[in-house]
Amino acid sequence: MKEFLEGSQAVARIIQLCKPGVISAYPITPQTHIVEELAQMVADGHLNARFVNVESEHSAASVVLGASATGVRVFTATSSQGLLYMAEVLFNIAGLRLPVVLTCANRSVSAPINIWNDHQDSVSLRDSGWVQLFAEDIQEAADFHLIAYRLAEDKTMMLPVMVCMDGFILTHGIESVEVPTQEQVDTFLPTYQPLYKLDPENPVTIGPLVDPEYYMETRYAIQETHKEGLKLIPKITAEFSRVFGRIYNGLIEEYRTKDAERVIVGMGSVCGTIKEVVDELRAKGKKVGLLKITSYRPFPGSQIYEALKNIPKVGVIDRALSLGSYAPLASEVKAVFFGKTKKPKIISSFILGLGGRDITKYSIKEIFRLLNTKEKQGEFIDLKPELLKENYE
Amino acid sequence: MNKHLFTSGHTACAGCGQAIAARLVVDAAGANTIVANNTGCLEVFSTKYPESAWEIPWIHSLFENAAAVASGIEAALIYLGKKDAINVIAQGGDGGTADIGLQALSGMLERGHDVLYVCYDNEAYMNTGVQRSGLTPFDTNTTTSPVGGKSTGNIRPKKPMPEIANAHGIPYVATASTGFPQDIQRKVKKALSIKGPKYIQIHVPCPLGWRHEPKETFEVAKLAVETGLYPLIEYENGVLVAVRKLNPPKPVEEYLKAQGRFKHLLSNPEEIKRIQEIADNNIRKYNLKTEQENVSPAS
Repeated sequence: MKEFLEGSQAVARIIQLCKPGVISAYPITPQTHIVEELAQMVADGHLNARFVNVESEHSAASVVLGASATGVRVFTATSSQGLLYMAEVLFNIAGLRLPVVLTCANRSVSAPINIWNDHQDSVSLRDSGWVQLFAEDIQEAADFHLIAYRLAEDKTMMLPVMVCMDGFILTHGIESVEVPTQEQVDTFLPTYQPLYKLDPENPVTIGPLVDPEYYMETRYAIQETHKEGLKLIPKITAEFSRVFGRIYNGLIEEYRTKDAERVIVGMGSVCGTIKEVVDELRAKGKKVGLLKITSYRPFPGSQIYEALKNIPKVGVIDRALSLGSYAPLASEVKAVFFGKTKKPKIISSFILGLGGRDITKYSIKEIFRLLNTKEKQGEFIDLKPELLKENYE
Repeated sequence: MNKHLFTSGHTACAGCGQAIAARLVVDAAGANTIVANNTGCLEVFSTKYPESAWEIPWIHSLFENAAAVASGIEAALIYLGKKDAINVIAQGGDGGTADIGLQALSGMLERGHDVLYVCYDNEAYMNTGVQRSGLTPFDTNTTTSPVGGKSTGNIRPKKPMPEIANAHGIPYVATASTGFPQDIQRKVKKALSIKGPKYIQIHVPCPLGWRHEPKETFEVAKLAVETGLYPLIEYENGVLVAVRKLNPPKPVEEYLKAQGRFKHLLSNPEEIKRIQEIADNNIRKYNLKTEQENVSPAS
């Protein structure tokens, strides 16, 4: 049934339908609405779960780690500093191969403190072993949580999944959302059956000391699993389409790229703005398109290659930085084409929308315009030059 | 008990007080127990892959989060309807408990989880090479509170962890010692018979870090108690209900001279006097020296 829902409400409704046994979270803007909704559902008896109010994000992640290791489906959510504070535990959850699902309400990282949206938090955790799915709109944010649990708990994966949704833009925005029935969700998402769990009937040691004789294979295994993930995600999204009717590729989405001369690559809610600009420019006969990356981890290199190999001019949008080096997404898209004969003539890199700086249609049009000039390396869009002048006298 | 739940074959040093105490704890807790363990000596010497000394379900995550991991295990067991049949123990060393893990522990105690937290207190970061922790005693020579021309060792007394735990209003707090094995097991069993958060801190000699002979572990542990430097106490619902009486207390010098970590004090009567004052304060505070019979049922 279609309902008019805030993004956080929509996510909470989906989590309710996924029936986690343990939820734990710590307050941080803009993630709070999600867990407030879930706390109310538990309080009202509409969700049979243990809601554990912790003293920090570090403990929120640790609580769901412990509960997941006991064989129970779990959920947590955070943003920004909270995600960074969890970082140590998040690497640990991936290393322990626990199918935790986390919502990251994407927000910038301090200092200066700023509660608004960019991707620096989750992008900084890209090496943690977690799957990262970026949502474009509220429907995707909701649906990706269903896909996240299926993916995380699949026996070929057994890895945690982070659903990334732009803070405020998606968490606090309101859209018409298709909310599935419990029956549909139960068809798609069976009860979680762990491979191993903490159980006195069959005692196991989880998290032992692993020396140089064995450690490297555990990391290799996660790397190989991510490759399997690239095959598994489209299978799961195909099944999702059969049950729920909505079609996702799950790795990338190509929007009017087939004959395009200029294509922008982006992640998250900015893709909605780009689609509008693409439609406007197409109406004027400009051959432009969008490549949306949904799965940032695993990184769909060969899919990106196929989508862009015949596009002459590509511009990559980063809403995060790797300070002191190339923009994270742009450098990875460029790496896809290293040594290839078929490749774009230009792959330009643009930084925009940091700390909630609005990304308007003009910003996107400016990028399409700049794609007709020489290749740009980490070009900041919408900078205010007047703020960059400072006297040190 | 024929079968130990913490078995031989682990790689602890000879005379390790923590290994002895850990076995006593899990044997007292029984097979229906899940343990969450902080990083530290115990985790390292008992689980070097592909071997494990644990015959019960056991998990290690990080240095500071065993209390939070155990909170999650407890929440999951309640969700599964299994909590009444299964004990949950979180455990760690003194650094993992009183320093880096204090926040997670405080959260667990405050939230009222039905978990027993056991702190194995060997009074320094032994696993990383004897660095001082918040539970290192006054004037102790460690690698980061070294003795020198301007230093007599660690500048602060032990952080009062049992009192900090007790201040959370939890139903049971106790201290114990490797030197009194039956007392450890009695306290573990008592703690596990009580619903809610429980805290037991066990004094566990470390021959390597304390620099005493491995064969002297029990003797050194007993001396800490008998001098009043490590009082054995029990709080129930915030009230001090039992202490181990000292008849009479031994001078602290007897405890200090048995260990290399205090060797620098033996030629320094002023410092010994200050340590005797710490013991005397404990004796007064907990009323360890009285004429009446031992009120603790401990042996």
